[in-house]
Amino acid sequence: MTKDIEDIVRMEDLESEEDTQRGKFLIFSLGEGEYGIEIKYVIEIIRIQEITPIPDTLEYIKGVINLRGKIIPVMDVRHRFKKEERVYDDRTCIVVIEVKEVFIGLIVDRVVEVASIADTDIALPPKINKNTENKYIKGIGKSEEKIKLLLDCAKLLGDDEINMIQELT
Amino acid sequence: MSGNTERDPMLEMYIFESNQLLEQLEQVILSSEKSIVSEESINEIFRIMHTIKGNSAMMLFNNIATLAHALEDLFDFLRQGEFKDVDSEKLIDRVFSVVDFIKGELFKIEDEKEADADPEVLMQHIKEYLLDLKENNTEGETNHEKKQSNYPEKQQYYISSSKSSGNKIEKHIQDICINYKAVIYFEEACQMENMRAYTVVRSINEIAMNVQFIPADILENDKSSEVIKKEGFTLLFKTDVSEEALDKIFQNTVFLKEYELMRLPNECDIYTYKPKLEILLEDSSLELQEVNTKCNDFNSSASSKMTKQSSINVKVNKLDMLMDLVGELVISEAMVTQNPELQGLNLDNFNKAARQLHKITNDLQDVVMSIRMVPLSLTFQKMNRLVRDMSKKINKEVELKIIGEETEVDKNIIENISDPLMHLIRNAMDHGIESSEKRVQNHKPKKGKIILQAKNSGGDVLIIVKDDGQGLSKEKIINKAFEKGLIDKEPKEMTDKEIYSLIFLPGFSTNEEITEYSGRGVGMDVVTKNIERIKGKISVDSIAGQGTTITIKIPLTLAIIEGMIISVGGSTYTIPIVSIRESFRPKEEEIIVDLQGNEMILIRGQSYPIVRIHERYHVNTKIKKISEGILIMVECDEGSICIFADTLLGEQQVVVKPLPKYVNASKSLSGCTLLGDGSISLILDVAGLIYEYKQKGRDDE
Repeated sequence: MTKDIEDIVRMEDLESEEDTQRGKFLIFSLGEGEYGIEIKYVIEIIRIQEITPIPDTLEYIKGVINLRGKIIPVMDVRHRFKKEERVYDDRTCIVVIEVKEVFIGLIVDRVVEVASIADTDIALPPKINKNTENKYIKGIGKSEEKIKLLLDCAKLLGDDEINMIQELT
Repeated sequence: MSGNTERDPMLEMYIFESNQLLEQLEQVILSSEKSIVSEESINEIFRIMHTIKGNSAMMLFNNIATLAHALEDLFDFLRQGEFKDVDSEKLIDRVFSVVDFIKGELFKIEDEKEADADPEVLMQHIKEYLLDLKENNTEGETNHEKKQSNYPEKQQYYISSSKSSGNKIEKHIQDICINYKAVIYFEEACQMENMRAYTVVRSINEIAMNVQFIPADILENDKSSEVIKKEGFTLLFKTDVSEEALDKIFQNTVFLKEYELMRLPNECDIYTYKPKLEILLEDSSLELQEVNTKCNDFNSSASSKMTKQSSINVKVNKLDMLMDLVGELVISEAMVTQNPELQGLNLDNFNKAARQLHKITNDLQDVVMSIRMVPLSLTFQKMNRLVRDMSKKINKEVELKIIGEETEVDKNIIENISDPLMHLIRNAMDHGIESSEKRVQNHKPKKGKIILQAKNSGGDVLIIVKDDGQGLSKEKIINKAFEKGLIDKEPKEMTDKEIYSLIFLPGFSTNEEITEYSGRGVGMDVVTKNIERIKGKISVDSIAGQGTTITIKIPLTLAIIEGMIISVGGSTYTIPIVSIRESFRPKEEEIIVDLQGNEMILIRGQSYPIVRIHERYHVNTKIKKISEGILIMVECDEGSICIFADTLLGEQQVVVKPLPKYVNASKSLSGCTLLGDGSISLILDVAGLIYEYKQKGRDDE
């Protein structure tokens, strides 16, 4: 009996955690545009640090970093979106996210805020042609009159790639 | 297996222990198979069966218990007679069939199914065999009788439990306690009364002192169950526990029919038995010891003479954690001793202490590594059994020779190597070794030979399976490969080794016939997959008519390696020390450039290709002139090359960390490591680099 109750309590904990996270997005900027990713994927935000390049890998993977003894690959989101690269400065951040048990760091120009965007304020992306940027966009959110493109983390990493990795493991 | 955690710890213990015992048993048998069964191994087998029987009866797995009982009887008989001419073949067959039966049942129990197989047939075999023996060996019979007549005398001795030491405090407690006498009757036909009685003794032992029982030899004499059946099982003990509690304990006994409990006056019966205990001690202290070990905690592995060593079982993930921690420690040590803030300071004492620290961390590492290392012997010994069984079934005489079984590898590897090895040996026996007639025709010894060898080579362990059979047929392989569309080159262009390697491709199996042991369509590719899982490599070589050699190369899973740190531009790389042969500063005129623009260098009459790291990995560096940098000659089985780098930074122990899978790094990198300053250094895989170079050379052509 007690075990059942414990389970229920735990479930509720999880739910409430999800509740508090629901509708919240980490907003970061690349140049003029602002983008959001669901907060539940975000592990932490760190300042840009020394990146060790890895030869022969995907070109938008800048290399690996040492996050307290953990080796994490970092992806330049500008590169991923085929925007021109820019020199990293002291506002450049690495957003560490976890998607399907894969850790990865996203290099972004700067982190803006954590914003709540209600479901009603999120519009589906227009279905035009499949240009590169659209593919990663899950929705278009409005908060404080500014448009934010909400990214699909799984697609950002590349679905095929994640599947491949999962097969390997 | 997710349900395991919920399992009763007793059951867990039982399964673990029984498996261990069976493994022990197999080892005993296999070691004795080559010679005649020795007296020692008969005793050993008897003991093991005895323990299995006892444990199984306690856990209510009656089919296992009765079967073990039957085998125990057989060995009891053997052990008491003096047999010189026992047909060990037959005997061992019996034992093996029992082992297989019990293993099967244990497997079921582990799967949380009912252990329900019927041991009747096997029992019958054993009984018949025992009868045969008895008839054929009347001398042994009388001997047996003689021994038996000893038993009634022995029954009068009493063994007191270990709790009855003459300690003063205990004496005091004893005074408060009350003496009891209990007589227990079991249900008829419950079988193994003696074992059930022992369970009662164990539970009483927990709450009482001076536990004594009649008959006293329930553990070593199965005839005692007869006595219990007729006269009941009498317990004498002293306890401060209330009668209600005692009642509960007795009521909980399995198959209990009825029991009587009565108080005895203090200082009566119990102590009068004591002197007799001493007689027993004089009489056969060994036996008492044996019983005691079993009483204390039925840790039966301790009762085996051959592998007497104290050991504990540790979960592998704890070891992994320990390993990780030691890894962190090594990094931290480097962070402290190579701290940039220390540079230029005069630190004699500090350096002394640092060296000491280094020594200790080194030792610690060695110990942690050695904990995880397990000799291959057990895995290899299993193959003995396989060869034995198979050679009977397929009627080929084959001898398995084992070399280097003491070679140690990581625990993970042991778990993954067993199946591939079995497959390889099956293949060798089924396809490799010819039939006896054919062998004689070809002027080969009638008995086939398979050599299973393990040895260390640099940072790797080599496991070699070699047979002296007919060898691989190139033609057949090529035809088959064409048929299955596995080949995309002209066979003429392929080297022998390349052709042989085709057998590792998925969907390749040359044997038309399907036998019980091989040729089920799942061929060598399964082996390859298994080996690749533990980062190993497999290769094959063969000489027609003389045999096939299959070599498996597995890294020692050195999570910590000695590395040479080199720098190229702003990056640092680590080369495992084991693969470095030498490093030197080259002169410009020593370099030869071939028509494709490939550089090479002539050293002691041999030319070695040069791989420039800055070109290979597209690193910006100022040092491009060959005379300004340094060449490091590295080698592996595939050959040697010279690596061109800016400079050597020094030797250091590094902790190998895998590169994240997401980056999908090239094959020439085996991982990365953290240096003392927290920066990441990539570890070069020498074999990968050389392979890459060769591939490139081929593409150029």
